[in-house]
Amino acid sequence: MIRNQFLRSIRTGINSLMLHKLRSMLTTLGVLFGTSSVIAMLAIGEGASYQAQEQIKLLGSQNVILRSVKPPDDPNQGNQQSRVLTYGVTDADLERIEQTFPGVRRVVPVRQLQQEVRYSDRTLNPRVLATRPLYQDVTGRLVWEGRFLTEQDELTLNNVCVLGTEVARYLFPLESALGKRVKVGGNYFVVVGTLAPRMPGGEQQQPAGPEVTGEVFIPYETARKRYGKLQVKLRAGSRDMEEVDLHEVIVEVEHAENVPLVADAAREMMDHFHRKRDYEVVVPLELLARAEETKRIFNIVLGSIAGISLLVGGIGIMNVMLATVTERTREIGIRRALGAKRRHIVTQFLVETVCLSVGGGLMGVALGLLIPWVVEVTADMMTIVTPTAPVLAFGISAGIGVLFGIYPAWRAANMDPVEALRHQ
Amino acid sequence: MTLTSETQSDTHGGPRPSAPGSPLPAAANRADGERPAAELEAVERIYRMGSEEVHALDGVTFQVMPGEYWSVMGASGSGKSTLLNVLGCLDRPTAGRYSLAGRDVNTLSDDELSELRSRKLGFIFQSYNLIPQLDVLENIMVPLFYQDDETEPGEERARALAARMGLADRLGHKPAELSGGQQQRVAIARSLVNDPELILADEATGNLDSQTAAEILDLFDELSREGKTIVFVTHESHVAERASHVLRMRDGRIDDVRIQRAAHTRAGGSS
Ligand SMILES: Nc1ncnc2c1ncn2[C@@H]1O[C@H](COP(=O)(O)OP(=O)(O)OP(=O)(O)O)[C@@H](O)[C@H]1O
Ligand SMILES: [Mg+2]
Repeated sequence: MIRNQFLRSIRTGINSLMLHKLRSMLTTLGVLFGTSSVIAMLAIGEGASYQAQEQIKLLGSQNVILRSVKPPDDPNQGNQQSRVLTYGVTDADLERIEQTFPGVRRVVPVRQLQQEVRYSDRTLNPRVLATRPLYQDVTGRLVWEGRFLTEQDELTLNNVCVLGTEVARYLFPLESALGKRVKVGGNYFVVVGTLAPRMPGGEQQQPAGPEVTGEVFIPYETARKRYGKLQVKLRAGSRDMEEVDLHEVIVEVEHAENVPLVADAAREMMDHFHRKRDYEVVVPLELLARAEETKRIFNIVLGSIAGISLLVGGIGIMNVMLATVTERTREIGIRRALGAKRRHIVTQFLVETVCLSVGGGLMGVALGLLIPWVVEVTADMMTIVTPTAPVLAFGISAGIGVLFGIYPAWRAANMDPVEALRHQ
Repeated sequence: MTLTSETQSDTHGGPRPSAPGSPLPAAANRADGERPAAELEAVERIYRMGSEEVHALDGVTFQVMPGEYWSVMGASGSGKSTLLNVLGCLDRPTAGRYSLAGRDVNTLSDDELSELRSRKLGFIFQSYNLIPQLDVLENIMVPLFYQDDETEPGEERARALAARMGLADRLGHKPAELSGGQQQRVAIARSLVNDPELILADEATGNLDSQTAAEILDLFDELSREGKTIVFVTHESHVAERASHVLRMRDGRIDDVRIQRAAHTRAGGSS
């Protein structure tokens, strides 16, 4: 019987709501948008932070990276035409790290060359990286075909190269790249291997076409010999020459807990030996921590927005329910006269409010799942809908219904039956 | 089932004036010891409007025995509706004692009053007061919804009552789709569905044309003949004539009580 009463009160509630379809629909909108925005924002935030974290992890969470940064142009330098700018991480820095830093397992230098890469009629400008075989171990890159650079290549100054996925795909769309000779600047290199994509779906990130995209790896010593240190950059009206020893030094720390120590030591050393800020120290672990902090702040902001929008939705529902209670004063009087107890009236109106908010919540969940999908398809962004998000959003919206339904229902139940019956 | 000794009178004579404010004996000396359906003792209902007090009921004492058909008359504002609200446990007396079916209403909680209304009382209003979003059958069954141990035969009972009121083919209709007379029939069916001890009607024919009103009044006669206890508020003396007792109100007091005929008993008395 109790179950019967419960089912009937839900049916009656829905019937009453159906009496004013438009009003009921509009009332649910607040909760609908509140719920869907919570889910959508969570999914987008989750996706973005996942991507950021994956990218940081690619740098190696056990690494400390020293990078050369071109210092800002000094206007006092005078003659802007044709001068040699020397900056960045030096060979001396590398040596100091290798010899004096404790707790360091491996150190890998990287030079980046400004060279065009060409195969038959296809050219592009990837990042040409001159590095040592250890690079693969330190960054965890996987070989797709062939092999990575070896010690032998260094010793014999071989003209060999390894292509990143994008480069291999662009230069050799139909055939295997292995054994082919590509031209890097003025020299020919034999392709000995290609690399696997860095993360599943991740290569979509890079802009397509013959822009600076993808990577080509050549042996460190070979590059030293073939191209030297001086690089010429042709720009509109001027010729910049740069001399950079090393573009990047990747320091792999033996134990993860020592990463901050090594990072501090690296900063201190660089600060001591460089007068200009022509370097940066990148610590993926710190970036990761920062990304997590960002995500936390994002979640707090999101939570507040969601809370406010659900609050507004709840107030909207309460407003309408108060109007409904007034409008149906006479009905309340009739029901009371016919034997309805206060709790029956409370239940009746609470059920209606909860139907509104749960209806809004359900539609909100549907919309909230649709939005991330649309974003993913149209904006090429990664989104992640965690299972807790819809459950949470839905639970909150139902809770809102109860919370904001209590007062109107209480008002209805405490009407004087005689007064209510006299109401027009 | 006589109540007052003074007005055992001719059924066809006009209303007889009696001394205003004359104390009516509370019929303490009831021989058969039957329990009154409703019993009021010096009941007062005072409305406070700021500093002013309105004595809507001002010391009302009378008893309604089972099977009696009371008609309550009086000028507008004389307290008829207030009396009916008290009888219907919708309103509590400010002072005095009111017992319904042997239970002192003043001692009951709000929930208990509701329970009493859903079990012992049937209401019929001037403006029908059906619930617009429910259909005829559901409207008839509303009092049963609020009984805690609702039993299954309720729907059959409601159908039977609807059939009796000539509404068998209207069960799925909404009140707005019915005529006034039909709506009032639904209301009557609704008032009967819980087999009440007391049926209360406030100007139940006030909104109806004389033809329809007569049909409704015939229904009340029929119910009375079956032994139902009825209190019927009306303005019209020809309506009052059908009742077994006529109670006149003036300024919240009982002006006059006239007994027109013997009440029908549940066993089915004469007509
Ligand atoms: N809620 C209230 N507040 C103040 N005074 C009230 C209230 N309800 C009724 N009264 C007063 O009580 C008195 C009796 O009212 P009641 O409604 O019982 O009259 P009635 O006999 O039913 O009149 P009518 O024939 O017009 O329906 C009136 O003077 C009225 O003004
Ligand atoms: Mg009245």
